[in-house]
Amino acid sequence: MNLPPFSRKPFCVSRALAHDSATRHVSGEAPYVDDCLPLTEQSYACIGGSTRAHGTLVELDLEAVRKAEGVIDVISADDIPGEIDIGPVFPGDPLFAAETVEYIGQPLFAVAATSMKLARQAVSLARIRIEEMPPVLDLDSAIAQQLHVRPPHTMSRGDTDSMLGASPCRIAGFMRVGGQEHFYLEGQVSLAVPGENGCMTVHCSTQNPSEVQKAVAEVLDIPLNRVDVVTRRMGGGFGGKETQAAAWACIAALFASRTNRAVSCRLGRHDDMVMTGKRHNFKNSYDVGFDTEGRIEAIRYQLAAQCGYSPDLSDAIVDRAMFHCDNAYYLPNVTIDGVRCKTHTVSNTAFRGFGGPQGMIAMETVIDEIAYRCRKDPLEIRKLNFYDTKERSRTPYHQQIEHFNLPGIVDQLENECQYRARRQSIREFNLCNPVIKKGLSLTPAKFGISFSIAHLNQSGALVHLYTDGSIHLNHGGTEMGQGLMIKIAQIVSEVFATDPENVVISPTRTDKVPNTPPTAASSGTDLNGMAARSAALTIRERLIDFLAEKHATEKSRIAFTPVGVRIGDELLSLARVARQAWLGRISLSATGFYRTPKIHYDRPSASGRPFFYFANGAAASEVAIDTLTGECRLLRTDIIHDVGQSINPAVDIGQIEGGYIQGLGWLTCEELKWDGTGRLLSDSPATYKIPAIGDIPPVFNVRLLENWPNEEETIFRSKAVGEPPLMLAISAWSAIRDAIGAIREHEVFPRLNAPATPEEILRTVNQVRNAP
Amino acid sequence: MIRFILNRSPVSLELVRPDITVLEYLREHRYMRGTKEGCASGDCGACTAVMVEPGNGSLEYRNFNSCITFLGALHAKQLITVEHLKENGRLHPVQQAMVDQHGSQCGFCTPGFVMSLFSLYKSCQTGIAGADGESIKEYLGGNLCRCTGYFPIVRAAEQALAGCGPDRFDRSAEHVRQTLVDLDDPPATDAGRFHAPDTASELATLRDRHPDARLLAGGTDLALEVTQQCRDIGRIIHLGRVRELGAVRRSESRIEIGATVTLDRLEKILGTDFPELLPMLRRFGSRQIRNLGTIGGNIANASPIADLPPVLIALGATCALQSIEGVRSMPLEDYFVGYRQTASRDNEFIRSVDIPLPPDTATLKICKISKRLDDDISSVCLAALITIEDGTTTGIRVAFGGMAAIPKRAPHCEAVLSGQPFDRDTVERAKAALGQDFEPISDVRASAAYRLEVAGNLLERIGLELSGAATPTRVDQI
Repeated sequence: MNLPPFSRKPFCVSRALAHDSATRHVSGEAPYVDDCLPLTEQSYACIGGSTRAHGTLVELDLEAVRKAEGVIDVISADDIPGEIDIGPVFPGDPLFAAETVEYIGQPLFAVAATSMKLARQAVSLARIRIEEMPPVLDLDSAIAQQLHVRPPHTMSRGDTDSMLGASPCRIAGFMRVGGQEHFYLEGQVSLAVPGENGCMTVHCSTQNPSEVQKAVAEVLDIPLNRVDVVTRRMGGGFGGKETQAAAWACIAALFASRTNRAVSCRLGRHDDMVMTGKRHNFKNSYDVGFDTEGRIEAIRYQLAAQCGYSPDLSDAIVDRAMFHCDNAYYLPNVTIDGVRCKTHTVSNTAFRGFGGPQGMIAMETVIDEIAYRCRKDPLEIRKLNFYDTKERSRTPYHQQIEHFNLPGIVDQLENECQYRARRQSIREFNLCNPVIKKGLSLTPAKFGISFSIAHLNQSGALVHLYTDGSIHLNHGGTEMGQGLMIKIAQIVSEVFATDPENVVISPTRTDKVPNTPPTAASSGTDLNGMAARSAALTIRERLIDFLAEKHATEKSRIAFTPVGVRIGDELLSLARVARQAWLGRISLSATGFYRTPKIHYDRPSASGRPFFYFANGAAASEVAIDTLTGECRLLRTDIIHDVGQSINPAVDIGQIEGGYIQGLGWLTCEELKWDGTGRLLSDSPATYKIPAIGDIPPVFNVRLLENWPNEEETIFRSKAVGEPPLMLAISAWSAIRDAIGAIREHEVFPRLNAPATPEEILRTVNQVRNAP
Repeated sequence: MIRFILNRSPVSLELVRPDITVLEYLREHRYMRGTKEGCASGDCGACTAVMVEPGNGSLEYRNFNSCITFLGALHAKQLITVEHLKENGRLHPVQQAMVDQHGSQCGFCTPGFVMSLFSLYKSCQTGIAGADGESIKEYLGGNLCRCTGYFPIVRAAEQALAGCGPDRFDRSAEHVRQTLVDLDDPPATDAGRFHAPDTASELATLRDRHPDARLLAGGTDLALEVTQQCRDIGRIIHLGRVRELGAVRRSESRIEIGATVTLDRLEKILGTDFPELLPMLRRFGSRQIRNLGTIGGNIANASPIADLPPVLIALGATCALQSIEGVRSMPLEDYFVGYRQTASRDNEFIRSVDIPLPPDTATLKICKISKRLDDDISSVCLAALITIEDGTTTGIRVAFGGMAAIPKRAPHCEAVLSGQPFDRDTVERAKAALGQDFEPISDVRASAAYRLEVAGNLLERIGLELSGAATPTRVDQI
């Protein structure tokens, strides 16, 4: 018999395996929360919301609602036994408004009925009287009135003011960047099932089971150990189910507790779009000084975000915008003011990138404008201002940049996409085409990996090995489509050198792995992969110790290989080993835990090392615009992105492709609009347009950066990939500006905002055309 | 009593509620929960299923939005859902391709994509659709995915179509076809609230007897009252079986199109005579909508942003309105009298639309402007029929959608253009005249100022195109 060697290369990690649920997705056999078959006497909840943006609730007459057909129970603020405020970090998010209402759609009451339709019909019968107060609905008004949900915060390094004054060139300006609706295809949904002894199980589409558990327990006024939150999969999350899933879980649980029957609470698309928070829109102002070459000497930013009516996660989101308004560039003297503005609109929340994209786009705007002033290709200005790892290596928050591979990535991309040649042919095209103009832009993205709130950088896992050799895997991360489950199954398989088919992935639940962070900040694989590996290694070490003793051999002569466990010159199946160990009374179950090393951050002084490492990438996008209508088409995109050593290249490329198009939507066709009373107008997919299949470019080349394992000790030297690629779409937005600039041969800087809808493009075309 | 085949099982049921949707039936009555609800408004495609009916010699497989299709529309058809594609545990080629190409991430939109891919696969087999990139985009344009960016789904489509051989459905095709033919007699309407007349005169009588009943053609707009506004629709008259309303008659000078001709069929009927219409029809709603939505429905709901009326008005079309008193005809531009109001009487229905074929010297120009290319409602839609002789505009009809409360001609603009060369100077004056023709509104899709400016700029675009400009004038030409 040929025995496998004791040491081996990775056999499972780095393989492009399909998503764990792929075959079930395509056959309709992957159940989501709303697909659970109805339980006996199950009822259905629907929410009644405020009809005014700001005011005092003077009357909430629910008599007709109670009497409506099919209605089982009706609840409002007075019916909450425990804590009414479910604000995740700071207070400010009442489950139901009791007195003051602060946005249209803010929940005032809920109805449980025998069907969703009857619940919806009953909700419409409420008599609501609100004494109106003047609302503040837009960012500019909130900035002017200094209305904040949290105090402003500043980061700085060097002497910004005097260096601004001393710089040979100086530009001041601002740009606006819009918000974004998550538009996960599966709306918010929870199903609460009451159990014995006051226990409650909540099946919830959430990225944050532990947070939902806490909210449900506090609202019901019961200990955390009575609440179990279960999440098998979400039909998309993108940050929209980090804090925004809790309210509906609490309402379902409250009804379930009162009626002692299962209650589901699913938001219809309209309610979902009106009642849940979105990406923050920002107004980014800048005052930048630079030398005649275009090298930045000093910059002052004000990043002002529209947070909506409550803090939610806005403090950390604006911080992350501030952490990313340097993007890839060294800012020798810098001051960043972050402002968290309050408006009477829904409370904005986490969305892929978590403020980072809004900060980064400000920096890329500044670079573009410097290029116009210096009459240079913007790519030259980008290169000129890159960080290095020597003198120009401190971020505005005093983190030292190490292992900076972006200049190399940009050079490689510039060559591979033939940037120079295409720049030339676009110039020629634009000279002889009066109506259609083309544009090209290559932008980098450097994204900090780790929760900026240090204590969230921890997670746990639970692994069981059964006596037939099959493995059960559970961990704190949730699956929202990003391929987390298959990646972690690959990691555990690698430890035992067993086929990933042999690892069963189980729903994330708070009674298996407790006290977990949200699956967010791109950290799912980094945290849970390490925790799961640690649990698997614990079991493997126990097996090795046991086998070494039982077979009287050296530990170094025991190896887990794809064909079985080699013990000296013997080869046993994993099942045999597991059974022997069980007979030998060895525990085959282990927990694992991981906390990210090296990170620390002192917010009062705005300095430290908030990020374990950075994920980097670059994209070049080419567009064509119609200067008569503002219509725009993306023609080609090339991407090189750094995922370290990929755990699953298919999953990673999927994140890059999907992230890019989601970012493209944010910056082009996705436009949130409210009317003058604070009512959301873009409240359905008929009026809010995410990219469709016709919007993808005909040429799209994605490559993973090769041979560049993460220098930091991450799980198999991989890098996080969830959020960073979204920011690669800034290249398309910048290319639109480039195309508009061609109207006046790049003499006039196009003051383009985002999203660059046809209307915004035409507005900017006119601005350039009509400039003196 | 309606009868249809659900996957492989025949179903007969009494429509106790005439406004039950196919999705509600599947999920709430049959507990078949593979088909998902994403928006309940026909905009996302997560609920896509496939409707099968006998076509020319073979079965036709059409994808549709089950969330906004009333169950009664399935009479004498086969409904195929995502649960039915696997056979003995083996995935259908379109499913296998989605797995192989990593086409699902969160998986919630996936059943809908799979069903659209399935209808494309079946349409490719019979040659109704091509196996090219354009077909892929057209068939999948009504399915939204928020995770993948569509690239792996396009690759999956390419893989599936590359090996587009016979599948399990071909084996049972003849049996299904025969069963459907056997089912195809009028659904008994004893329950009394879902009517499906066979002839126009029966329809006229019913319409007269039940002025409160809602006429159902494609239902893509009507169903929103149920799913979005939570209303009950008490009585429905389904037009799908009325022979005269599905007819197309062509003479040397005119084409008469029955009111229930779908937008999908319209492509074939009008494509040869009006190739300029094709790019717009392919962006008209989504494939799912075009498979159900009708020319009559697009007119009768009198939306100011419907895309066909401006075109039909520019072409000088008339519509035939029928009631028990008989049939009368009126120019389409007179049909629209106010926001969502028409000149139709309570007991009338649209029987057909009559389009005169323009002379060879005339040019049709159509421009649809929207935020998103696919499946989006126009902010501005322009249609113009222009005849130029010896450098002078001798015939001109310009109509706009999205510019007023109704689809409407631009008389001042036409007056400026008429009798003049279609040159820069005239266009500038015609642009200015639009301000007298229209006072557009600002809404979620565009501002009034943008609408007016773009309407004018579209005249400029047309002028450039008529002058034979060698450089492109539209981004889709790049």
